[in-house]
Amino acid sequence: MDLCQMTALELGKKIQAKEISVAEATKAALDTIEQRDSEYNCYITVCKEEALKRAEEVQKGIDEGKLTSPLAGVPAAVKDNLCVKGMNTSCASKMLDGFKPIYTSKAVQNLMDAGMVLLGKTNMDEFAMGSTSETSKFGAVKNPWDSNRVPGGSSGGSAAAVSAEEAFYTLGSDTGGSIRQPASYCGITGLKPTYGTVSRYGLIAYASSLDQIGPLGKNVEDVAEVYKAIAGHDPKDSTSVKQAAPQFTLKDNVKGLRIGIPLDFIGEGTEPDVKAKIYEAAKILEGMGATIEEFHMSELKYAIPAYYIIACAEASSNLSRYDGIKYGYCADKYDDLTDLYFQSRTQGFGTEVKRRIMIGAFVLSSGYYDAYYKKALQVKALMKKAYDNAFAKYDVLLTPTAPTTAPEIGKSLSDPLKMYLSDICTVSVNLAGLPGLVVPCGFDSQGLPIGLQLIGNAFAEETLLNTGYAFQCNTSFHKQRPNFKTGKEA
Amino acid sequence: MKITDEMIDYIGVLARMKITGEEREASKAELSKIIDYMDVLNELDTDGIEAMSHAFPVKNVFREDVIKPSVDREEIILNAANKKDGCFKVPKAVE
Repeated sequence: MDLCQMTALELGKKIQAKEISVAEATKAALDTIEQRDSEYNCYITVCKEEALKRAEEVQKGIDEGKLTSPLAGVPAAVKDNLCVKGMNTSCASKMLDGFKPIYTSKAVQNLMDAGMVLLGKTNMDEFAMGSTSETSKFGAVKNPWDSNRVPGGSSGGSAAAVSAEEAFYTLGSDTGGSIRQPASYCGITGLKPTYGTVSRYGLIAYASSLDQIGPLGKNVEDVAEVYKAIAGHDPKDSTSVKQAAPQFTLKDNVKGLRIGIPLDFIGEGTEPDVKAKIYEAAKILEGMGATIEEFHMSELKYAIPAYYIIACAEASSNLSRYDGIKYGYCADKYDDLTDLYFQSRTQGFGTEVKRRIMIGAFVLSSGYYDAYYKKALQVKALMKKAYDNAFAKYDVLLTPTAPTTAPEIGKSLSDPLKMYLSDICTVSVNLAGLPGLVVPCGFDSQGLPIGLQLIGNAFAEETLLNTGYAFQCNTSFHKQRPNFKTGKEA
Repeated sequence: MKITDEMIDYIGVLARMKITGEEREASKAELSKIIDYMDVLNELDTDGIEAMSHAFPVKNVFREDVIKPSVDREEIILNAANKKDGCFKVPKAVE
């Protein structure tokens, strides 16, 4: 078997057993990137020299018995909105092109402490605003299952890199579905943890009350291991929850698990293939001993407007920091200080980012604040209550991740509202702060992956991951791989 | 709601961005459509419902007031486009 086909934990085990060296694994991953990334464009920055040097350091740590994590020596990549000291961190924007952070984000540092070899930074929608990874300054990411299609977004590079075997696992961020929807489109496993579980220190902010960092990988075991490594309290993030780092062993058992299917997630726009595979997955879990029940969550139709109002409001506030002075793009010509702000921001931000800043500025402006922003926060409270009611009856909720499989490149950006509406299955989870896990559950008639979304109660990652693990123990969808194209042949 | 030229100008001032030319016309049309869609929230009776900023109760986090070294001055200005004598350099703001 090609080394890069291994899961992160399979590789980690062989590294600990000295069957494979960290340098060998790193070279193999860099070779795969070299062969495939000109086709898929998963990476914005590849740090070849640093990775090879780091591999030697990590090997030494392992040989000395200092690095004992099952992830030690495993090469990985992180989304380009996660700060890594001294490494280009652009958020896929002209605004931050060439920006070199002076500190490393906590989640990345935790993985470094566990012995990660960082391969580079993955491509994404500009400032994580998008559902297709087409708004990047560095060009669109392509879906390894079909290069004419998007990988989803905004963590499209992180998802496609795992799918294309260009990294053994990756980190992404999820504000309204940005880990889960690309995981679904790319046929991999992704976890959006409970809000506050993983420190956001060093994550470049989009919508701070909704943003959460999480892992993407080939299966639930990999994702669970990365989650355990990055979760935990951090005094540098004041919304970080005071709880011990999670410790659990995955169990292949769903007997007696109460699963609810909220019917409102499967609306008119849901493709028949998606619907069929979601129900087949429910059947599989039922056959394994879980109970399945359908119910209504009528509040869901208000989740998208509430989400976009809140996310854009926070974005307009968060992105006000880009002034052309402290860091980031600065216009060449300007009349005075105010004009410097105007010119730098007008030239530095892309279309979708500007659109969301404008929506945010509007809903926060006097005269509209109560009608939009305050209303949206009230809807958020209703959404949270709807989930509280659901989790009084069920342990896990089962839904599609997106109404469709991956759309073709170039078909989504012309109608922003339509693109926003495609987030129907994911945004409410962020409003309620809940964890969501996506596992592959089949393919549509065109051979494109379909992802099953499992939603857990707050801080119930263990239940959620066990459910996904049990599903993968009894299915093989997660073991399917695309037929790869190499950019050199194309 | 129809987004007018005056509103686009006002939003532009709030957001410190110049919205001109094609981008201006497209923005007017798109924002009108998006804001109209958001008006669906008016269907919902939210009287007496408290606005929720955070999904979980978040309280102010205090720490001991201990003096600790911060980031080096040289590092802080490392990413600035214009700097002089260890400071950020900006156009004259006060006459």
